[in-house]
Amino acid sequence: MDYLSKLENQSIYIMREAFNKFENLAMLWSIGKDSTVLLWLARKAFLGHVPFPLVHVDTTYKIPSMIEYRDRLAKEWGLQLIVGKNEEVLKTGVTYPNGKATRVECCGTLKKDGLKQVLEKHHFTGVIVGVRRDEEPTRAKERYFSPRDKNMEWNVEDQPPELWDQFKTDFDKDTHIRIHPLLHWTELNIWEYIQRENMPISPLYFANEKGERYRSLGCYPCTFPIKSNAKTISEIITELRGTKVPERSGRAQDKESEDAFEKLRRDGYM
Amino acid sequence: MQTSSIPSEQLKIVIVGHVDHGKSTFVGRLFNDTGSLPEGKLEQLQKIAERRGVPFEWANLMDALQSERDQNITIDTAQIWFQTQRRQYVIIDAPGHKEFLKNMITGAANAEAALLLIDAHEGVQENSRRHGYLLNLLGIRQIAVLVNKMDLENYSEEKFRSIEEEYRVWLKSIGVTPKVFIPIAAKMGDNIATRSTNMSWWQGPTVLEALDQFNVTDLPDHQPLRFPIQDVYRFDDRRILAGRIEAGRIKVGDKLVFAPSNKTSTVKTIERWNSPQSDSASAGESIGVTLTEQVFVERGAVAALETDPPYELTRFKARLFWLGKQPFRPGKTYKLKLATQEAECTIESIETIIDASTLGTLDRPKHDRYIGRHEVGELTLRTKRPIAFDAHDEIVVTGRFVIVDGLEVSGGGIVVNDNYPRRTSDSLHKSHNIFWSHGKITTEQRVARNGHRGRVVWLTGLSGSGKSTLATELERELFIQGKHAYILDGDNVRHGLCKDLGFSPEDRTENIRRVGEVAKLMADAGIICITAFISPYRSDRDIVRNIMKPGEFVEIHVNAPLEICEQRDPKGLYAKARANEIKEFTGISAPYEAPLKPEIELCTDKLSVAESISKVLEYLHMQDDDAPAMI
Repeated sequence: MDYLSKLENQSIYIMREAFNKFENLAMLWSIGKDSTVLLWLARKAFLGHVPFPLVHVDTTYKIPSMIEYRDRLAKEWGLQLIVGKNEEVLKTGVTYPNGKATRVECCGTLKKDGLKQVLEKHHFTGVIVGVRRDEEPTRAKERYFSPRDKNMEWNVEDQPPELWDQFKTDFDKDTHIRIHPLLHWTELNIWEYIQRENMPISPLYFANEKGERYRSLGCYPCTFPIKSNAKTISEIITELRGTKVPERSGRAQDKESEDAFEKLRRDGYM
Repeated sequence: MQTSSIPSEQLKIVIVGHVDHGKSTFVGRLFNDTGSLPEGKLEQLQKIAERRGVPFEWANLMDALQSERDQNITIDTAQIWFQTQRRQYVIIDAPGHKEFLKNMITGAANAEAALLLIDAHEGVQENSRRHGYLLNLLGIRQIAVLVNKMDLENYSEEKFRSIEEEYRVWLKSIGVTPKVFIPIAAKMGDNIATRSTNMSWWQGPTVLEALDQFNVTDLPDHQPLRFPIQDVYRFDDRRILAGRIEAGRIKVGDKLVFAPSNKTSTVKTIERWNSPQSDSASAGESIGVTLTEQVFVERGAVAALETDPPYELTRFKARLFWLGKQPFRPGKTYKLKLATQEAECTIESIETIIDASTLGTLDRPKHDRYIGRHEVGELTLRTKRPIAFDAHDEIVVTGRFVIVDGLEVSGGGIVVNDNYPRRTSDSLHKSHNIFWSHGKITTEQRVARNGHRGRVVWLTGLSGSGKSTLATELERELFIQGKHAYILDGDNVRHGLCKDLGFSPEDRTENIRRVGEVAKLMADAGIICITAFISPYRSDRDIVRNIMKPGEFVEIHVNAPLEICEQRDPKGLYAKARANEIKEFTGISAPYEAPLKPEIELCTDKLSVAESISKVLEYLHMQDDDAPAMI
């Protein structure tokens, strides 16, 4: 079995474990390449069905074509889509684009708290998330089944052991579990898989006329395209094989302090 | 444009060792020397070190958490990737602190090979030994030992050899043979990606060369099929059994037995989404299966081929390491998870408690035996209901388990090989804790009503020896005398009760077992149950004898020489067997084990049918007369 198939089979196994173990399960869909691969893997795991709702935490600062792409796929694939927004904060306008918050604060309220509100409203006890170990060093420390307490906090110093695909599935009722079926994938694996499966993917990843493309999608005030002429998936794969530039280099909020991202994640960020 | 060929395989390696023996430094250096560091990473780490006024450390590359950088230790496992011409590598950095042993094990459990670091200056330490032991227990057989910090020992070959000698002896005592020992200085990159000029005496491989010599673990697709059911999906009108094939292969038309329920059905389709259609699947694949006949199967069932089922028992021997904050104790109920099965379990007995860093046994008094945190135990576990499993050295995935204490995964272990009984006799074991349900009618009341006891009259003998003739005559005679009698005929049971069985020794055994159970129920109902089966194996007949009350089982050897039976050949079977049209025919190509002490022997070549019947009736009358309860 080739390694892409190994990665795929492992992810399907994890997703099926999650579906069996949690009554109220949802999957986060940020519309980016990873969570779209996650969505594709869910259809593989459940033989063409997606038996749980997809949650998109919308900051209202997403690149408009992402929303178009989201709504088109949701319709075509018959997805149950829940869009969550931190209406309260959006109303007061305390955001980075409004100049009233730092980037990290803005991520904290619109994304992290936005997510928390959705989870609470729908009583989700398990959330499938498309984070990968190679994206960012604190994510490298993650578990496949990662518990969060009622304040969504991540006790990184005392994580459950994971032996041989036996995951933590017993927990207090006040906590929820983040399930990370893509943890063992790399950015390159993701693109190789998109190519192999001939999956639909947001056009923002491909180079425009100005010779720029997004490597990672997010909110437009904080996410920047990279210089690239890669117009096809093959060209993206070739480009990634030759680069040493980190994937999230276009994400400005990571760079505010040495442990900015770690702090966000400990508090419940994805 | 990259011209190098694309590696098509990935190998997962864990880096383990005692604290401060240089694991993280080694990984940082390995990444740097193979050109795998992301752009700007080195500069970033140098800048951070400068700002904090501490010397630059390669180790900080993997230590992503603030608390790790603050204390200069690795707390949790992390993974990073790099590649050589040969393949992709996933490097799993595992903490060395004893406190974080569960994180080390989490990292190591996912690996196929290991690099174990030993500080040349400090030598073999507690965790060097403990980690060696645990790697072996986790099933990792590809191990390279890196003797690090050779610069602190002036690159001395003598020092290297003495550490190699000491550690080899230790590994040998736990049954581990490492692939290679390599002297390195991680800080400077000696013998990592390039050969060290400081150790010209070293002729062996660099670390990178040693890595390329490791093998990616083969998926166990040539072993017996093990397909543990994860879930049953009914998204549409199909009922799909979902799961991952952990060993062997499965194909459309395969007859599956689901352990431990022992239901059987046949594979109708193999289901995948957006993949090429195929009628088969093998180890490692997460698939779905539909069946021709609907049987009730739940998560936890292990599908296997009937020819090669797993063990199904409520107790097994195991070797286990404990990570829980509370000790693992007899008398307490835990949850055992094995493949997708979950069962309540308790400790039946603890044979040995081992300190994994000295191999010394820990003596604890009999009344207070437990396995403490970070200790290893050899023990016998008992589950509340039967579970399906294999010995770890036969089939890995169904031979290992974890123990959940309360909400926490607190221990992991492997099933140790033992003389476990296989399925047929397991059924007897399984019924251990089931009690016979008594109605309001007693045996004595039945005897009084019927005027005789219920019995099993078991006719055994070669085909053509006269069993069926005698059975039908005996039934008629008993009926005429006003007794309740009934024949369980071999051909009749194979029409229904046993129609799923063939004539292999295993199937014959199961056939007799089922007949024995039915006969027992009939006898309990007060009927004189007559059976007419060749039943060639002594042990099978003894199984039936042993499930009956003493005196209830009347074994009759219908004895005629083979030549006579062959002359009679009432069904023409001997002729077919001689012509090789029937394989494994009793008396010709399969053995017949005559009873050693039958209640009655009837030599049908010398006795007439009437004489034989009288002999049996006489015996039965005598037995009933002996029983005072019936009067």
